Amino acid sequence: MTAGVRYGAIAVALALLATVPLWVGNSYYINIASQILLFAVFALALNVLVGYAGLVSLGHAGLFAVAGYSSALFLQAGFDHLTANAAAIVITLAASAVFAALSLRSTGIGFLMITLALGQIVWGVAYRWASLTNGDNGVNVSTRPAPFGVSLASATSFYFATLVVFLLAFVSMAVFVRSPFGASLRGTRDQARRMNALGYNVWLIRFLAILFSGFWTGVSGILFIYYNQFISPQVAALTSSAEVLLMVISGGTATLFGPVAGAAIVVIMKNVVSAYVERWNLVLGVIFVVIISFMPEGLVPGSVRLLRWLWGGLATRSGASAARPSEELKP
Amino acid sequence: MTALAVEDLCKHFGGLRVTTNVNLTVEPGERRLIIGPNGAGKTTLFNLITGEIAPDSGAIRLFGRDITRVPVYRRPHLGMARTYQIITLFANDSILRNVTLALLGLSPLRWSLFKDLEQQHAVIERAHAALARVGLGDIADRPLSQTSYGERRRVEIAMALAQEPKVLLLDEPFAGLSIDERRDVRQLLNAIPREVTVVMIEHNMDVALDWAERITLLHFGEVIVQGTRAEVVANPRTREVYLGH
Repeated sequence: MTAGVRYGAIAVALALLATVPLWVGNSYYINIASQILLFAVFALALNVLVGYAGLVSLGHAGLFAVAGYSSALFLQAGFDHLTANAAAIVITLAASAVFAALSLRSTGIGFLMITLALGQIVWGVAYRWASLTNGDNGVNVSTRPAPFGVSLASATSFYFATLVVFLLAFVSMAVFVRSPFGASLRGTRDQARRMNALGYNVWLIRFLAILFSGFWTGVSGILFIYYNQFISPQVAALTSSAEVLLMVISGGTATLFGPVAGAAIVVIMKNVVSAYVERWNLVLGVIFVVIISFMPEGLVPGSVRLLRWLWGGLATRSGASAARPSEELKP
Repeated sequence: MTALAVEDLCKHFGGLRVTTNVNLTVEPGERRLIIGPNGAGKTTLFNLITGEIAPDSGAIRLFGRDITRVPVYRRPHLGMARTYQIITLFANDSILRNVTLALLGLSPLRWSLFKDLEQQHAVIERAHAALARVGLGDIADRPLSQTSYGERRRVEIAMALAQEPKVLLLDEPFAGLSIDERRDVRQLLNAIPREVTVVMIEHNMDVALDWAERITLLHFGEVIVQGTRAEVVANPRTREVYLGH
């Protein structure tokens, strides 16, 4: 029954996602849908650390930018898309390993501060090492790739490519969460000391989780430069790291759908509401305060809790009304 | 061959000497009780043996092998398991998942990213068996947050036993239990097979006295008296130091 409902809901969601260009129509909104999906991949990647490892990173925009800049610079140097992106992923994994080696000397606030500092270093390099990164002027990406001969130049084709990558990321997260490795990682989040004493190499588990997170962060960074066809130091800024962290926290950490919902909220606020309200940041802030006040566990788990509560209320009420006649029958 | 040997072990925290030249040998299959008043350094000694704290000097041997510098997470793979005085379990998970994690810790399966843990029937069956052994088979699926303190103590023991250790270290397994629960835990300990060497810390001397074969009495980080149960009980130092009169 519940499994049926779940598969039904997934089928509806897939159908909706696959037909976005049809019912959205306007290419402006199709692009926003692409943006939501690419940031959802980024948020899912960060959620591996924030949600499942209990390690809050404020430097993930740094890894996102490492991937974006690497790919953009290789493309500018004349490499083909496949080589440029493969190199970008390798470089991002190497950067993730460096991030991990340094930041895993600590957990909690210490981890957060070290990742923040590392993110700022990437930003500093992007901003100041102008001979490599072109500084504040950024790097242009002149063409989008054409995988299997399909050009991604149009908004619709790019949307579908992003959707495929998003679905791959989502499925990989679903597999990870159910896997023994996922259980090991959650164990290190809840009782690191116990896990060590049970025979788990806690440090290595966390290190591998950062690489896993770094991989999908890199993929989303590459999607971003193809989407935007431009990258500048702003991408590596602390506000970008904070933004993706807000996506994860507002949507619901340690859930599969939370980061996706969070990405949707932030991207829609940034792009749609900003067209009507100049102080859209204020609106975004109010929304976060409301979410944190009423659903401290995040939008997705909070809504589930609310629905269950409503459903439970209805069920007891109908149960009570069903019970009443039988009571009246009693002498 | 000696199951567990502690040789001239020393540890100090700042000016506080918590472990001073401790020597201790436990034979295979032995039931060893480590007693001592509060602050005697019993739990520190366990933390040194399991590697959670690095000693200043001295050595620890497990079946002859020097494990002094072996990382904490390697020691369970060599046959060492422990329980905690302060219950250290996974509060968000079911009892079954707690024990499954203990089993997974020694299995290469723990690195697997492409398998579904729910489908690992062999491991889950073993977890069920471990829970049945401590009398929690019926409530295996209950969330840990809905269990009593006594049940959690038994989950602690089930997790250690599930790993089928050669040397089992029990840190005050009776702490905070009612008389009935103590009797249950006692029966559980009696049922541990003879191949397993068991070292138990106990603050209260009466609780496990008749369980022990040999007793080590710690006081201010030093071994004061060591020997068979009868020897230690008869020793005047025991009464003086431990019982306080």
